[in-house]
Amino acid sequence: MSARSDADRSGALAGLRVAELASEATAFAGKLMSDMGADVIVIEPPAGSELRSRPPFVDDVVDPEKSLTWWHYNTNKRGVTLDLDTASDRERLRQLLLSVDVVLEGEAPGRLSSLGLDYADLRSAKRELVMVSITPFGRGDPREHEPVTDLTLLAGGGPVWSCGYDDHSLPPIRGWGNQSYNIGALYAVIGTLVAILVRDEQGIGQHVDVNLNASANVTTEQATYTWLVTRQTVQRQTGRHAEILPSLPTQVRCSDGRWVNTGVPPRVRDEFAAVHEWLRELGLLEEFTDRVFLELGMERERLDLSKLGEDVEVQAMFAAGREAMTLIASRLPSYEFFMEAHRRQMPVAIIYSPEETLQDSHFVVRGFPTRIDHDDLGRSILYPGAPIRFTGSPSRIRSRAPHLGEHNSEVFAEIETGADD
Amino acid sequence: MNSRALGRLRICDLTGQLAGAGATKILAAFGAQVIRVEDPVTGGLWDILRSLGPYVDERRGANVGGGFNNHNVEKLGVTINLRTDRGQQLFRRLVAASDAVTENFAAGVLARRGFPYEELKRIKPDIVYVSNCGFGHVGPYRNFKSWGPVAQAICGLTFSSGLPGLPPAGWGYSFMDHGGAYFMAIAVLAAILHRNRTGEGQWVDLSCTEAGATLNGPAMLDYTVNRRPLRRDGMPHSNRSQFGEMAPHGIYPAKGEDRWIAIACRNDADWHALRDLLKEPWASDAAYATLEGRRKAEDAIDRELAAWTRQRDAAATAALLRRANVPAAAVQRPGERIDEDPNTRDWGLWPVVEHSEMGEVRVEGLPLRLSETDWQMQRGAPCVGEHNDFVFREVLGLTRAEIQSLQEDGAI
Repeated sequence: MSARSDADRSGALAGLRVAELASEATAFAGKLMSDMGADVIVIEPPAGSELRSRPPFVDDVVDPEKSLTWWHYNTNKRGVTLDLDTASDRERLRQLLLSVDVVLEGEAPGRLSSLGLDYADLRSAKRELVMVSITPFGRGDPREHEPVTDLTLLAGGGPVWSCGYDDHSLPPIRGWGNQSYNIGALYAVIGTLVAILVRDEQGIGQHVDVNLNASANVTTEQATYTWLVTRQTVQRQTGRHAEILPSLPTQVRCSDGRWVNTGVPPRVRDEFAAVHEWLRELGLLEEFTDRVFLELGMERERLDLSKLGEDVEVQAMFAAGREAMTLIASRLPSYEFFMEAHRRQMPVAIIYSPEETLQDSHFVVRGFPTRIDHDDLGRSILYPGAPIRFTGSPSRIRSRAPHLGEHNSEVFAEIETGADD
Repeated sequence: MNSRALGRLRICDLTGQLAGAGATKILAAFGAQVIRVEDPVTGGLWDILRSLGPYVDERRGANVGGGFNNHNVEKLGVTINLRTDRGQQLFRRLVAASDAVTENFAAGVLARRGFPYEELKRIKPDIVYVSNCGFGHVGPYRNFKSWGPVAQAICGLTFSSGLPGLPPAGWGYSFMDHGGAYFMAIAVLAAILHRNRTGEGQWVDLSCTEAGATLNGPAMLDYTVNRRPLRRDGMPHSNRSQFGEMAPHGIYPAKGEDRWIAIACRNDADWHALRDLLKEPWASDAAYATLEGRRKAEDAIDRELAAWTRQRDAAATAALLRRANVPAAAVQRPGERIDEDPNTRDWGLWPVVEHSEMGEVRVEGLPLRLSETDWQMQRGAPCVGEHNDFVFREVLGLTRAEIQSLQEDGAI
């Protein structure tokens, strides 16, 4: 790779060069690798990637340079534009793809072969190339032409079935954040790194085929393995695990109106004692009707959770622990409940909105929120930082997403001088 | 036969549950030698999934948990008692022979057992050490315990799932345990790659809440740039498009009990195709020809669309819509997507492994295929201490007599 991009890149993947054909499917995988130090070149058509038309926009003004979706998913990348209707740019694309370690793509079926640039074409020119495809059903599946969105992927692939409310007249719920694509991206990075390790050792490249429907299917925890083992179907519940048998609510509205999750209820003697003591300190012990079961819990070393649903006494003690936490949470402001519970070593959570997460002192002290200079706007903007804290080769969100064609001359010059040498 | 991909990699693995064990499962499927180190005193029950259902039959105990089997295929299992001197010495030998040490205890647990990163590094200078817990090992909440539902609540994902005026619907499972596992697998692989390039090992301080906070970036930027918080009236409404970019967009009732269909109109063309299928007078309203018009009338459109879908079979209607190029899918139940979906079946997504006590069990495979060095899953999760003999003799070079003496001393 070029000396120029080496100079300002550090991180676990420094030295790795990636060409990404811009798409919703590839965006997060490219970002994850660029944030870990890879030189990721995102390739767009002259009119710009479709992701640039995704809201929200800065000040709600539609502008391909001001999509916050584009911004988030393209930090640290360099951007080039190529007009694949012209022979010269098709040749330039071929040179670019053959100059990198990894090609990342989620193109429509047949698109790359029509350009003479599918995996077989590229491999015949460069045996050690790693090509990563991220598609709804895997390359070559009979359904590969079908349209999908995040919503339909998560509905067909399993996660939606498990999410929603106790009231089943309400629809099951899809969570926000484009998670079907995020999950696929995580698997794509895993596959890329495995393939690069193999290439370094054995000198061979390969095709990594990531299937988004399959990714969703294996990201549903016990919904899947319960079916695989016992052919039983879990049922959704409000804000907690979908189960075969209904479980007690875990979400409580605190005195300040915010919701918390009461986490893992007491299971061992000390935990029962801690909840009991907390009730006492708050003057709630008399009011708590299931106090006797809490006290029973304080007499046992530990509850055998595999007996839940079978042993009435275990059931009652487990429930009393959960209900004691519910009572306490309902009487305290959310942050106080959170901090006090953890002081007593009980894992509970405030249900933060995303902007609250970014401002929480823990995230700030760890250096997670990251300020990026936007020379284009004359201001700096706070971004969510790197997901993984490598202490020896830190990841860093260094630079904003590229403008359309921002690095054309730089990258094209590198190709012409043989960047891969 | 193992996948050849990571055949040279050895992991000294202290992970458990899903957030940790799910990561090393992936590495094991690609051929890494993953050696699970468990505590003989508790019989490995720190990992509560060891003894929790689902179960293949009436047997109970630490070797027959269905979730544990799913998350630990292709791994080896040894027991080492780190409270004993001889156990500690044995553990040192294992670390010295490994490329990476992985764990997802609460912060500080491994250090208190005598093995902070500095010590691991003394044993093996280029060791990769990946710790993974909810809040990481640094920061004001470093001593806070966590599990999946806590991690996803703290990072904003629970809040971002639900209907207006109702409590958060959240994720009906530990989504961030899966997420934490994926990020952890990336952390190990990237750190190994870095070691191969530079000769340097390192400690990776993975925090699931931090990793999860990168999964909702545009919502965060909407606040930091536009000062528009997600905590506001009418939000979230998460079956709809997140930023109003698509409409209609929702999960609608279908014929039958608890049957649902997801439909998304990405653009005006999708809406026109849907309208032509609906053949309903209400749908021909000219105002609906644009996204703006459809968004203004989104409640009314959702009501009408629900009245139409309610009389129809979810799977057949979704197929009909997809043929018209409108994204649609039935909300599939586990049995439907596992046993009846040709895509997951043809992918080989549900391999059968052989477990020493449970016999043949289906497990989750991986959603990616590598053309040259693909993953494989054949062996089930290890029983407690199942591979003590193999690992201590073949990997660490101990004699039978030494192993027996360790056993007598309560070190393994």
